[in-house]
Amino acid sequence: MNLTLKIWRQKNAKDKGQMVDYKIGGIEPDMSFLEMLDVLNNELVEKGDDPVAFDHDCREGICGMCSLFINGEAHGPDRGVTTCQLHMRKFKDGDTIYIEPFRAKAFPVIKDLVVDRSSFDRIQHAGGFVSVNTSGNTQDANALPIRKDNADKAFDAATCIGCGACVASCKNSSAMLFVSAKVSQFALLPQGRVEATERVLNMVEAMDNEGFGNCTNTGACEVECPKGISLENIARMNREYLSASIK
Amino acid sequence: MALDNKIPQGPISSKWTDYKDHIKLVNPANKRNIDVIIVGTGLAGGSAAATLAELGYNVKAFCYQDSPRRAHSIAAQGGINAAKNYSGDGDSIYRLFYDTVKGGDYRAREANVHRLAEVSVNIIDQCVAQGVPLAREYGGLLDNRSFGGTQVSRTFYAKGQTGQQLLLGAYSAMNRQIGRGKIKMYNRHEMLDLVIVNGKARGIIARNLVTGEIERHSAHAVVIATGGYGNVFFLSTNAMGSNVTAAWKAHKRGAYFANPCYTQIHPTCIPVTGDHQSKLTLMSESLRNDGRIWVPKKLEDAQAIREGKLKPTQIAEEDRDYYLERRYPSFGNLVPRDVASRAAKERCDAGFGVNATGEAVYLDFAAAIERYGKEQARIHNLDENDAKLVYDLGQKVVENKYGNLFQMYYKIVDEDPYKTPMMIYPAVHYTMGGVWVDYNLMTTVEGCYCIGEANFSDHGANRLGASALMQGLADGYFVLPYTIGDYLADDIRTGHISTDLPEFVEAENNVRSMIDHFMNNKGTHSVDYFHKKLGKIMWNKVGMARNEKGLNEAMDEIAALREDFYKNVKVSGIAESFNQELEKALRVADFLELGELFAKDALHREESCGGHFREEHQSAEGEAERDDENFSYVAAWEYKGNPREAVLHKEPLVYENIKMVTRSYK
Ligand SMILES: Cc1cc2nc3c(=O)[nH]c(=O)nc-3n(C[C@H](O)[C@H](O)[C@H](O)COP(=O)(O)OP(=O)(O)OC[C@H]3O[C@@H](n4cnc5c(N)ncnc54)[C@H](O)[C@@H]3O)c2cc1C
Ligand code: SF4
Ligand code: FES
Repeated sequence: MNLTLKIWRQKNAKDKGQMVDYKIGGIEPDMSFLEMLDVLNNELVEKGDDPVAFDHDCREGICGMCSLFINGEAHGPDRGVTTCQLHMRKFKDGDTIYIEPFRAKAFPVIKDLVVDRSSFDRIQHAGGFVSVNTSGNTQDANALPIRKDNADKAFDAATCIGCGACVASCKNSSAMLFVSAKVSQFALLPQGRVEATERVLNMVEAMDNEGFGNCTNTGACEVECPKGISLENIARMNREYLSASIK
Repeated sequence: MALDNKIPQGPISSKWTDYKDHIKLVNPANKRNIDVIIVGTGLAGGSAAATLAELGYNVKAFCYQDSPRRAHSIAAQGGINAAKNYSGDGDSIYRLFYDTVKGGDYRAREANVHRLAEVSVNIIDQCVAQGVPLAREYGGLLDNRSFGGTQVSRTFYAKGQTGQQLLLGAYSAMNRQIGRGKIKMYNRHEMLDLVIVNGKARGIIARNLVTGEIERHSAHAVVIATGGYGNVFFLSTNAMGSNVTAAWKAHKRGAYFANPCYTQIHPTCIPVTGDHQSKLTLMSESLRNDGRIWVPKKLEDAQAIREGKLKPTQIAEEDRDYYLERRYPSFGNLVPRDVASRAAKERCDAGFGVNATGEAVYLDFAAAIERYGKEQARIHNLDENDAKLVYDLGQKVVENKYGNLFQMYYKIVDEDPYKTPMMIYPAVHYTMGGVWVDYNLMTTVEGCYCIGEANFSDHGANRLGASALMQGLADGYFVLPYTIGDYLADDIRTGHISTDLPEFVEAENNVRSMIDHFMNNKGTHSVDYFHKKLGKIMWNKVGMARNEKGLNEAMDEIAALREDFYKNVKVSGIAESFNQELEKALRVADFLELGELFAKDALHREESCGGHFREEHQSAEGEAERDDENFSYVAAWEYKGNPREAVLHKEPLVYENIKMVTRSYK
């Protein structure tokens, strides 16, 4: 395949940045999107140009590191996958592809397509845990049975990979889906219930402080979420928040 | 220097308890004056950081990703072992200990493995208390499954995403400590050298990957938890950034590197399709519980398949060779990984491979779909002779068990694995070799510890499934926190360690000159160009099967490639900024040294065991031939300025509690 790529280039956080055009050939349908960028970068390096910076690590859809905004969609046109799982067979010979970073005020650009998502970590520092001593002496794991459907729902919420696609695809740059997934995981398990009140208040406060926008229930986040995290979690978090605030 | 493994005296079942009863403790007020650096925040480093902070030490933790939650541990699929015997099928600490030692082909250290089996029980309790959503049964209790190479159900899991959930548990424990200010987290930082002062590890040199700044960090002890080095093969199931740099730098500063040639090749990965490929994807081993592995019996069928003239479904049952079931009737498709991998290679080398490159075998679920379908039909009183109905019912069952894996396969290969058998081939997966450590998990450099996949001690020459996660968390939550205390007890009056010491200056200059070299080199090829070449040499000559001639060639070729790399690599951009090419160059430089030691280690080990198969040492039926008489030892290499000149030290392996027998799965 021969393609035209329009890629956001930005030297550093302070640089203004702009779209730059690249032509690329020899792309095969069974390459992944990131392998296609590897090909481009190899050409750029051998010409002595600065390759395009992009984040990635596991390349199998689980670490949450990859993050491209492709033709106006977070993680590109395929559903239920991350960018590293997107394959070039989803594109046609001669296509023009727009590639941009995940844009949001709370995700400042570091370079080109790489953004800083540490705001997510800081929200977790505010309460994304169960306060349990890690040096042993916990009770037997089967001492506290947990209903299977609760355990399954908690698991589903816990599969969030922290990629930030929800923020990038939300017109308000809201982080509600991400935060609610974490709040839900613990709210559904007895271990997490004990601190549920403080947790939801602290995490929501931290989220607001990071400069994420409000949720207006447009649901774009759920559509673009590679892990199918459901809007139900937002509803659950809202209930948790409400009951925590009137306590 | 003689190797002292510091294994405590006494019977194996009480060694660890006795040891803990007699080590020195540090009182809480003194812990506040002690700093510990932890490099790597995967399962091993993350759990260690959280626990040491919980105990009161000041922890500085480093990782190259933007968040500890993204460490490579997150990718582990299948599960984690623990001798809980919840299933009541006769499991015990002894059995887990026994299976692990036998599965490792008797090249692991007994005392460490026994301790691992003992603390495995606490790991599950700990994780559940943290809110890790492990799979449950309808009664609300934890569920278990079985894994290749064992006969009991001792594996705990969270769908196909066990590593993710366990890592998020450790990450959440870290978050609590980061929030309290007890862990200072350095994301997007890479350790590039170890600093030794008066013979003790006292700090590291790290590069801030965002600004390019070179930083000095001091501490009373340094823990390396940087994972495995499988990326020396370029193509592997490891994350793209996984590297050997921190471990290798420790090696260059005096830490012995043990058994570098022990590499696990995992049998069920998606095959390579072309030269552009950057990464291989693992399909969980749990698939072998139901999938049958085969290739055509006739060479002409295999050829027709490769040319696209014949489909696998067109090959009659009697023309299929279910080679694992044929060769290993008692374990069949569930033989351990090393055995399954070699058998696949043997068939493909003989010309029976089934994809365009001839490097793939089938993993077929048709029989499972039919078996489950009939069972469902009987349960629901439906017609079990209705083929379509049976197929649909069976497919549902298979989908419930492995749906996410089938989906992943479909996305990558673009072929529906329910309709046509999956194609799989072995790929580099896990490294059993690593930095040599004693019973305390300390390396041969005082005050430098090594935990998780980065060390060598617990898996021998082959790792059974679901035991790496166990080891990472055992080391981090329950072993290191005790053993490091014993060492740090002598440091309560040392005070803060200055980063102005000449040793820090020297190490920093060392790093800077390396970076300057790459930035100013007038080369023509990208880093990947060299990394791929190294990978090809490693796979072809130091891969699944090795021989003397190939290994000697590999050592020369790697040395030549290293020279070429320093002369002709091109790194663009600037050093004082975010520069991914530079990151890769620094990592590949170390792989180019490790690769040569790896081949040297494989060459000296004149036997076949576990993940190490020397073609000269096999039986008439092609099975591995171990030589316990001459090779029951750990090969620990001392750095001498060039990988080729490394000096061998032997730690004899003594089996007092388990009788060494030939591993047979026939
Ligand atoms: C696809 C896959 C599936 C697997 N499935 C299973 C399974 O089902 N069961 C099982 O038991 N095992 C499994 N394994 C193996 C297991 O996941 C790993 O062995 C284990 O997670 C390693 O953990 P670790 O903490 O030692 O290292 P890692 O998780 O690799 O962590 C390494 C850490 O070191 C950091 N780091 C590395 N180099 C540097 C440096 N120079 N400077 C700073 N930081 C650095 C990284 O940022 C990271 O934080 C699987 C592995 C793979 C690849
Ligand atoms: S909720 Fe979905 S889109 Fe948002 S961070 Fe989690 S996985 Fe990514
Ligand atoms: S690179 Fe890990 S999810 Fe894409």
